[in-house]
Amino acid sequence: MFDEKEMILEAKHVTRRFLTSGGRELTACRDINLKLYKGKTLGLIGESGCGKSTFLRFLVRLDIPTEGEILFRGKDLTKQKGEELRQLRRHIQMVFQDPGGSLNPKMKIRDIICEPLINFGQIKTSEKDEAARRLLETVELPGEVADRFAHTLSGGQQQRIAIARAIALEPELIIMDEATSALDVSVQKSIIKLIVKLQQEKKMAIAFIAHDLGLIQAFAHQIAVMYLGSIVEILPGKDVEKAQHPYTRMLLSAVFDPKMDFSKKIERMDGEIPSPLDVPPGCPFQTRCRHCVERCRQTRPALAEWRPGHKVACHIFGKQGKA
Amino acid sequence: MLEIKNMTVSYQGCPIVKNFTMSLKEREIVSLVGESGAGKSTVIRAVMGLLAEGGRITAGDILFEGKSLLKNTPDQWRRLRGTHISMIFQDSGAMLHPIRKIGSVFVEYIRTHEKISKKEAWEKGMEMLERMRLPDGGNIMHAYPFQLSGGMRQRVGIAMAMTFHPKLLLADEPTSALDVTTQAQIVRQMMELKDEYDTSIMIVTHNLGVAAYMSDQIVVMKDGEILDSGTREDILGENRNAYTRKLLEAVPSLGGERYV
Repeated sequence: MFDEKEMILEAKHVTRRFLTSGGRELTACRDINLKLYKGKTLGLIGESGCGKSTFLRFLVRLDIPTEGEILFRGKDLTKQKGEELRQLRRHIQMVFQDPGGSLNPKMKIRDIICEPLINFGQIKTSEKDEAARRLLETVELPGEVADRFAHTLSGGQQQRIAIARAIALEPELIIMDEATSALDVSVQKSIIKLIVKLQQEKKMAIAFIAHDLGLIQAFAHQIAVMYLGSIVEILPGKDVEKAQHPYTRMLLSAVFDPKMDFSKKIERMDGEIPSPLDVPPGCPFQTRCRHCVERCRQTRPALAEWRPGHKVACHIFGKQGKA
Repeated sequence: MLEIKNMTVSYQGCPIVKNFTMSLKEREIVSLVGESGAGKSTVIRAVMGLLAEGGRITAGDILFEGKSLLKNTPDQWRRLRGTHISMIFQDSGAMLHPIRKIGSVFVEYIRTHEKISKKEAWEKGMEMLERMRLPDGGNIMHAYPFQLSGGMRQRVGIAMAMTFHPKLLLADEPTSALDVTTQAQIVRQMMELKDEYDTSIMIVTHNLGVAAYMSDQIVVMKDGEILDSGTREDILGENRNAYTRKLLEAVPSLGGERYV
């Protein structure tokens, strides 16, 4: 489905373990393999604590995986350091969940969005006004915002500023960690439209974390579903309704839609996600799965191709079960 | 059961909610929807008598079971709140005392409203937690709020609010801070409680999808005024107010609009 020549980043067998007090080991990410393509969006979806943010932190090198490699244009990100790493950072930028918290309260908007440009010597201090105006225009904000402080803006405007800062260096990849979950639904929609427009203009790759499948399917080309540190399903964004894994289907049924059938009862789902400290052997989803059989308790299902571009890790609904 | 008549709420003389009228019958669920700053929370805070400092109801009246709430003395409020009218907040974790265990807060709450022994109150608390399908109530009673996940804390908040089978439950964005899967479960449990205890629910949310699933009535607010209101079928039907339509379109839906 995707052109392999357009691939800009590849994560291979990425695993991250944390040591906790008491000498126990917590596996936040387990053998993750993902590819990101130029001009395409990867939606990474899962409940809190499933390891999706941990994974994205590797891509911006805020953390290093215990095992595995992350190739960005052929170079292993995990092994870069010094000036080489600094130069790489300009190609990978990030937008955070809390727009207020990610903007310096003591800096004017102009200084916030021009800081990356100055850092990499792309503009002179005297050109700041011009650059700020141009950037604000791309995120559809009036030029006078440049003289204000972050706290005087609304949440949606703040998030636009964070996006302006992230695209200032024309990066090839933007990481968005729940960039819209702190916003109202109506504001969320306008931010998503802006992101899609910018992507089409600048052909950048986006990795977007969310927990709402209804939202992510509206603009992701590829969706990866994570559960307790493992990827359980990868599917094309346009095919969410063909999802196979019981967990993905559970996420689907949790979407509230004004067009839904209101007499439909919400399925009861007991129990929380097991603690990542004691993930059961076998399938990670077994404790909440209605289709769980003996085999699920013993062996962990591998991610296998179900259809081209669609992979499922399940004994029952994956390809293995059908054979 | 609850009637709000032409209510105007002002903060320091500046009207925030204007001319708000609404009535709620027994076992009905009404949703207030709108963007941040529309005055939704102000409305339910006014019903609870908990307007932030400087807030005052300058016109209109709120009738609860035929009696005006506005003339209540602090003592009357104390008897009403927590037993007949109770509230769930967006983050129940912030409502709970951070350095006291859940059990200790729960027992204190129950004993404030009912003359029973600590042991009986403890058991009552456990029973409520189990009714909210929190596994292992004992563990939770002995836990601090920060040790629980967001969904568990919200269930504790609901368990506490439902202890005395209130006639009216006010919920201020009870699911906005939660994962979608947890949100679906909380919505389901709130609807079960309504059937079990005959409680009327007034819920504030910015997600019209949730509002549509739960409510009998929907009130759309913007800038402190009611823009649109009616039964669920009315609101979701054709030919509505442009703003209502805009909010409806903003809800991400499966098989809906795709931008790529």
